[in-house]
Amino acid sequence: MTDTLTIERLSVRYDTDKGPLEALRDVSMNVPAGQIVGVVGESGCGKSTLISALLHLLPENGRVSHGAIRLEGDNIVGAPPRRLRDLRGRDMSVVFQDPMTSLNPVLSIGRQMRDIQYRDGGSRTEKDRRSAEMLGRVGLPDPDGKLSFYPHELSGGMRQRVAIAMAAMMQPKLLIADEPTTALDATLEVQIIELLQELQRELGCTILFISHHLGVIAELCERVVVMYAGETVEEGPVADVFLNPAHPYTRKLIECDPGRLKQRAETLPAIAGSLPDLTDRPKGCIFRDRCDFATDACADRPDRYFVDDTHWAACHHTDEVRK
Amino acid sequence: MTQPILTLKDVVVEFPGLRGLKGLMAPPEQRHVQAVAGISLDVQPGETVAIVGESGSGKTTLARAINGLVPLAGGEVWFDGMPLHERPDWHAVRRRVAMMFQDPSGSLSPRKTVRDLVLEPFAIHGIKLDDPGAKAADLLATAGLGPDFLARYPHQLSGGQARRVGVARALALDPAMVLADEPTAGLDVSIQGEILNLLNRIKAQHGLTTVIITHNLNILRHVADRVAVMYLGRIVELGEVEQILSTPAHPYTRALMAANPEPDPTARHERITLKGETPALNARPSGCEFHPRCPVARPECAERAPLLGPTPGAGQVSCHFPIHKDEMNTA
Repeated sequence: MTDTLTIERLSVRYDTDKGPLEALRDVSMNVPAGQIVGVVGESGCGKSTLISALLHLLPENGRVSHGAIRLEGDNIVGAPPRRLRDLRGRDMSVVFQDPMTSLNPVLSIGRQMRDIQYRDGGSRTEKDRRSAEMLGRVGLPDPDGKLSFYPHELSGGMRQRVAIAMAAMMQPKLLIADEPTTALDATLEVQIIELLQELQRELGCTILFISHHLGVIAELCERVVVMYAGETVEEGPVADVFLNPAHPYTRKLIECDPGRLKQRAETLPAIAGSLPDLTDRPKGCIFRDRCDFATDACADRPDRYFVDDTHWAACHHTDEVRK
Repeated sequence: MTQPILTLKDVVVEFPGLRGLKGLMAPPEQRHVQAVAGISLDVQPGETVAIVGESGSGKTTLARAINGLVPLAGGEVWFDGMPLHERPDWHAVRRRVAMMFQDPSGSLSPRKTVRDLVLEPFAIHGIKLDDPGAKAADLLATAGLGPDFLARYPHQLSGGQARRVGVARALALDPAMVLADEPTAGLDVSIQGEILNLLNRIKAQHGLTTVIITHNLNILRHVADRVAVMYLGRIVELGEVEQILSTPAHPYTRALMAANPEPDPTARHERITLKGETPALNARPSGCEFHPRCPVARPECAERAPLLGPTPGAGQVSCHFPIHKDEMNTA
């Protein structure tokens, strides 16, 4: 079976005052149909650029310089605007981080949900019925009544449910969730995670879930892709990657999460140093300067090293990292 | 027991609710909303108390009330023997009670260099320094930044570095107490550790009393001695950090702790998902204000408000039916 999404050696470049900035370099990942795949990484790792590239919504100074994005096998890089318009919202849809800014404040929920069904036939009543059904499905009380509400009349958690309902409405091949719980409180975060799991079970959605929160990824996703400074450094099943990481960055990142430590620690772990300057990428391995395992071999850029069929890391020292 | 350095007695902070004609016609209780609704708390010298709660629980407002940034509508605040509720000389108080604001870059003036920013407290308090440059470098060093940062502007700092400048500024006047509002908000996990280590080190060196406002439950164990859990402007549970984390007595505390996904894919613990969301402050539920969302609420919870009373584990909880230790595994 073809994977829903395959990204092959994707590079994205921004033209800046300081020269070209390679925000993504050789990014590769597979998102199998019907699965929830997590992308984890810290600020500046290229998560947002990745989403913009997937939707062909890069800013004017950005462009895909290399690689392919395959949606069910078809390369969509450089597709004509017409095809892209069809893709967005129908084949791929996004739930953004902040539901306040992603919903239009001056249109009612019902109007916004009718708008996204513009491709479909059917009367206004029919479309409203479908909207209300979807709102009910994502757990909004009184879905029919909610159609006449404006976004400001709903709480943050309810707004995010509306955003999810809108994204799932057209039954997209791929639903991209960009930090959908970051703006929410812990008790609401849990509600949204459970909702996404439910949707995935019932509608068979394929979800690309982007987050910096390791705990949420561990709980929700089957596979995980780890990004660092614009590169994919590790990919594999969540359990393998979290319990037995093969890339030094992944290992460090998991060590740093204070949620992991069950005893009070006098000194909390941290990753020393900072991200490399992407306008002037260092030669060799991107993590080399901050890595405990670095050797002379790391002056050459590592290729993907497969630990097993489904788990790889871009590191020369994978075996030592896993010891 | 030593004298507490900070004492809060029934602290109330109100914000205007309905305004204009609607406000005049509304019943008096709707003209104001209580963001902080009667909080009492003692903080011992050198202690770190963490105040946790979700958005709208009033935790930031409480910190601002202690420092006089919002006026009290009722209650008393005593700091080191001084009644802060009786129009004190805030200028003098704030020399000893420093604030670390939530948004590190937003609280730094974009037009000042780091050097000027860390020296600003001295200028505000009219303190002449013999060698300002050396003092600035010294403060930055305490916060873990090299002297090369002195000439930078805030936009040239990363989130973690801006946070460190905030720490340096808070420590400039050698305060007795620091109010840290969300010290890890917006920081990547790989840097969180550095900032918390810095705070812990400074606390130990200067014997600082610290009040940390946070919604990040993961860090509690590593920074706090005691934890106060807030809901709708009230403390619902107060206790030693390990006790709050391992045997929470209030159903809300328990749900909050369980709502914290762990970075361990094998951990599949039973979770209590709370119904609904935090109610609005102008529509407080009757009785126990948590009862509409509470998984163990009984009819009387809607009628009678519980008072903060002792738990078996030496903490305090406001619940008619607190969870006991022996129920933890069976419930």
